Amino acid sequence: MKNPSVDTHLLPADRAGDEPLLAVDNLHVEFQTRQGVVRAVNGVSYSVNAGETLAVLGESGSGKSVTAQAIMGILDMPPARIPKGEVRFHGTDLLTMRDEDRGQIRGRRIAMIFQDALSALNPVFTVGWQIGEMFRVHQGMSKRDARRKAVELMDRVRIPGAKSRVDDFPHQFSGGMRQRIMIAMAIALDPEILIADEPTTALDVTVQAQIMGLLAELQQESDMGLILITHDLGVVADVADKIAVMYGGRIVEHASVFDGYRAPAHPYTKGLLESIPRVDLKGQELYAIKGMPPNLLDMPTGCAFHPRCPYRKENCVTDVPPLYTVSDTRGSACHYWREVLDDGSR
Amino acid sequence: MSNATVAESAKDKDAKPEKARRPASLWSDAWHDLRRNKVFILGSILVLILILMAAFPSLFSSVNAYDPSTCDLSNAREGITSKHWFGTDNLGCDTYSRVIYGARVSVIVGIATSLISAIVGGGLGLLAGYYSRWVDVLLSRIAEIFFAIPSVLGALLFLSVAGRENAGAWIVVLSLAVLAWPLILRIMRAAVISAKNQDYVTAARALGAGPGRIMVRHILPNAIAPVIVTATLNLGVFIAAEAGLSFLGVGVQPPAISWGLMIGDARRRFLEAPEPLIFPALFLSITVLAFVMLGDAVRDALDPKLR
Amino acid sequence: MTAPAEPILEVRDLVKHFPLNYGVVFKRQVGAIKAVDGVSFDLRKGETLGVVGESGCGKSTLAKLLMALERPTSGSVRINGRDITTARGAELKRMRRNIQMVMQDPYTSLNPRMTVGDIVGEPFEIHSDVAPKGGRRQRVQELLEVVGLNPDHINRYPHQFSGGQRQRIGIARGLALQPEIIICDEPVSALDVSIQAQVMNLLERLQNEFNLAYIFIAHDLSVVRHISDRIAVMYLGKIVELGNDAEIYDSPTHPYTQALLSAVPVPDPEGRETRQRIILQGDPPSPANPPSGCHFRTRCWKAQDICAEQEPALEARPGSAHPSACHFAEARDVVNAE
Repeated sequence: MKNPSVDTHLLPADRAGDEPLLAVDNLHVEFQTRQGVVRAVNGVSYSVNAGETLAVLGESGSGKSVTAQAIMGILDMPPARIPKGEVRFHGTDLLTMRDEDRGQIRGRRIAMIFQDALSALNPVFTVGWQIGEMFRVHQGMSKRDARRKAVELMDRVRIPGAKSRVDDFPHQFSGGMRQRIMIAMAIALDPEILIADEPTTALDVTVQAQIMGLLAELQQESDMGLILITHDLGVVADVADKIAVMYGGRIVEHASVFDGYRAPAHPYTKGLLESIPRVDLKGQELYAIKGMPPNLLDMPTGCAFHPRCPYRKENCVTDVPPLYTVSDTRGSACHYWREVLDDGSR
Repeated sequence: MSNATVAESAKDKDAKPEKARRPASLWSDAWHDLRRNKVFILGSILVLILILMAAFPSLFSSVNAYDPSTCDLSNAREGITSKHWFGTDNLGCDTYSRVIYGARVSVIVGIATSLISAIVGGGLGLLAGYYSRWVDVLLSRIAEIFFAIPSVLGALLFLSVAGRENAGAWIVVLSLAVLAWPLILRIMRAAVISAKNQDYVTAARALGAGPGRIMVRHILPNAIAPVIVTATLNLGVFIAAEAGLSFLGVGVQPPAISWGLMIGDARRRFLEAPEPLIFPALFLSITVLAFVMLGDAVRDALDPKLR
Repeated sequence: MTAPAEPILEVRDLVKHFPLNYGVVFKRQVGAIKAVDGVSFDLRKGETLGVVGESGCGKSTLAKLLMALERPTSGSVRINGRDITTARGAELKRMRRNIQMVMQDPYTSLNPRMTVGDIVGEPFEIHSDVAPKGGRRQRVQELLEVVGLNPDHINRYPHQFSGGQRQRIGIARGLALQPEIIICDEPVSALDVSIQAQVMNLLERLQNEFNLAYIFIAHDLSVVRHISDRIAVMYLGKIVELGNDAEIYDSPTHPYTQALLSAVPVPDPEGRETRQRIILQGDPPSPANPPSGCHFRTRCWKAQDICAEQEPALEARPGSAHPSACHFAEARDVVNAE
């Protein structure tokens, strides 16, 4: 352990030489609040390629959504500030780009859908108008053509009776249908990257299954890169190719979904997986990660997870663990990842 | 089995010293904000001086403006002199001491009207919002009737009916309060309705709490902030309204001293002797401004939408 | 197997219709939202009955009816033989001691202007004969200790606690009157994943310690399964299937239960390509205008003419050893099936 091979910030895909479709590189985001500076994102790096699904897992306050907003360029600055880091799209840094150029990418080549579709849609315009707006604004299409394209898109996201519903208002749709409308707007211009921030959290399980199925189909059709931000371990296991687990503004583990679930290399990931209720352990106490998520205003020293960690040793309190290379395709920000890995998950 | 959770809570205790230092409640949070707000500090200093003036005018002026013997007709409309800092008025009375003594009416009208309208409107708003159905319909309709009366016209009417002879400061207070409570009722009612649907109210009902307890302990503390904000902002409005009514001759009557009356008296001879008009007007403006500053600061501190 | 204990909660034919009114001045009823539409079940001492279903199925209205926070349109809720739906005044207040609730959102269920001591001590103020005035503060501290909070934090305000701790405060408040029944309405769904297990463990520990009976309402089936002895599946105001946890999870006989179970993502990527899924089409119909006959028939792949004509009763059938409200009930293991 004396001299671990340290992968400071780059993910494996970057080292291969060819630049991934989208790469977040050592991103830092801070917020100025009345209680002080909150470091919401602290050196996050991840990448996603065409046709790939990256799941960013984390609890509230882990920085997973803030990272996504930084990629989209929709953070309110101030209070937010990006003191360090790059977001490279086809190798070009979006953060240093001119606003006009970035506007060309946002919504057109990188699109995003949100958890709360009702508040993301404008209640005073018809859904057809809102979907069509993408074409009118970005492609200067006529109203008539835009409406026709809107119907096509509503068909594509499988809204029944699209033709007759194109002039309905958002509140006339159910939660699942509204999320489909959001998806239709997001994929209108065939984006290369789709960021889905908790797309199914507000939906019922049967509807959730429909939406996740739809996203998977759309992704296959158009070879989009998908960044799925969620806290739901079940959804991730279903659709992700690789996972990045965030805790306290950092990525604590990244791996292929199979490796990560089979044998997590970070105690936090391991704890999350073990706390899922299991059939064969019914009646027994659930495994619970002790303590609480960290307070971003008062982050623990060293490893942010150390107050809750069963693998903690002295240096965890003082030394911030770098993202150690576990294998070519995975990394773990735990000084004792070998022990965690050897224990397996179940 | 229980050890795990208890031990872990002991851990929480250690992990929380940071939060313990933070202000405890939303009220103290607001107070914390206010203390740092320059507008609030300036406004409060002005208001404090004003209140002091109203309570103890003799501290500011050696001349008792209510004593007619201090007036000297031969000195009428004298400009600024070392004896009469603000000059003298038509009757040769010292404008400075009259301005000082005039603060009392303004302060009484501002504070009393705000308080009365907040208590009446707030209380009825609480009942209307909590009980809804016919109580709400009844109270809201009554409030709407009053609401429909244009305020200056309404006060004029009320005061002319109440009679000029006994029109002291308290009649003005009453006439303004009668017109102001419906606004407070509306604000309170809306706040109560949103507080009433909170889960903690449901939880209290599930415990068997009666309507009195629910209103006083659960709804009122969570619904009163907008009422406080409006009542504070209204202070300045009422002071200006009193001056306006007195200026028009239907507010407080001589020999009482009021800035509005002074302005009214002085306006005809303004070109000859501007001082008896300018100084009360200046004090009136500063006073209204001070209360508005206070109200603004309180709103910034209490309004959850800006937090 | 020991003989089942006497039920402490008996729910019979519970119905709650919210009238839909039209018109401003002259209101006339144009319909009703059938939120709960004929629900019956028993709950025994120390038992946990899980209630699962999607939004709009009536599970939250059911909770409010059991708590006597809403009056039912018809039907009865008997607690130890006494009907809470007809109780008034002092009797209702006394009955409330025996049935308490834990709410979903720990951020809105605690009054932000009250200290933790006031919140947890409020039950004693309302029911002043439960704890003598002098001993209340100590009782509150004991309760905080029981739910795993630091008793010294009695003077703090809710916003000084995290979501999980707030939920513990809510649980302490529910325990104060020593009820026999606690209704848990989605008690962990608003919490962070890593905190959910802590609260689940606490609820189970308290159940063992105080012999509590739970109605555990949730949409997360794995959580419900973990804690429940029996499970009721609700769809559009009705229980469509009722059985013990193994019956519901391993051999569900109602198509809706099967679809619900198979829609839950399994937190294990192995074998996901081959996993079978029943994906339901469309959304649940509006409870204001449910389909005739079986409410589920519009989304059901088994639906026949009879389903539109005859409403299936919730009963044991040839294809289902436990009560199931489907004409074509048939066991199908959707969870373990590959």
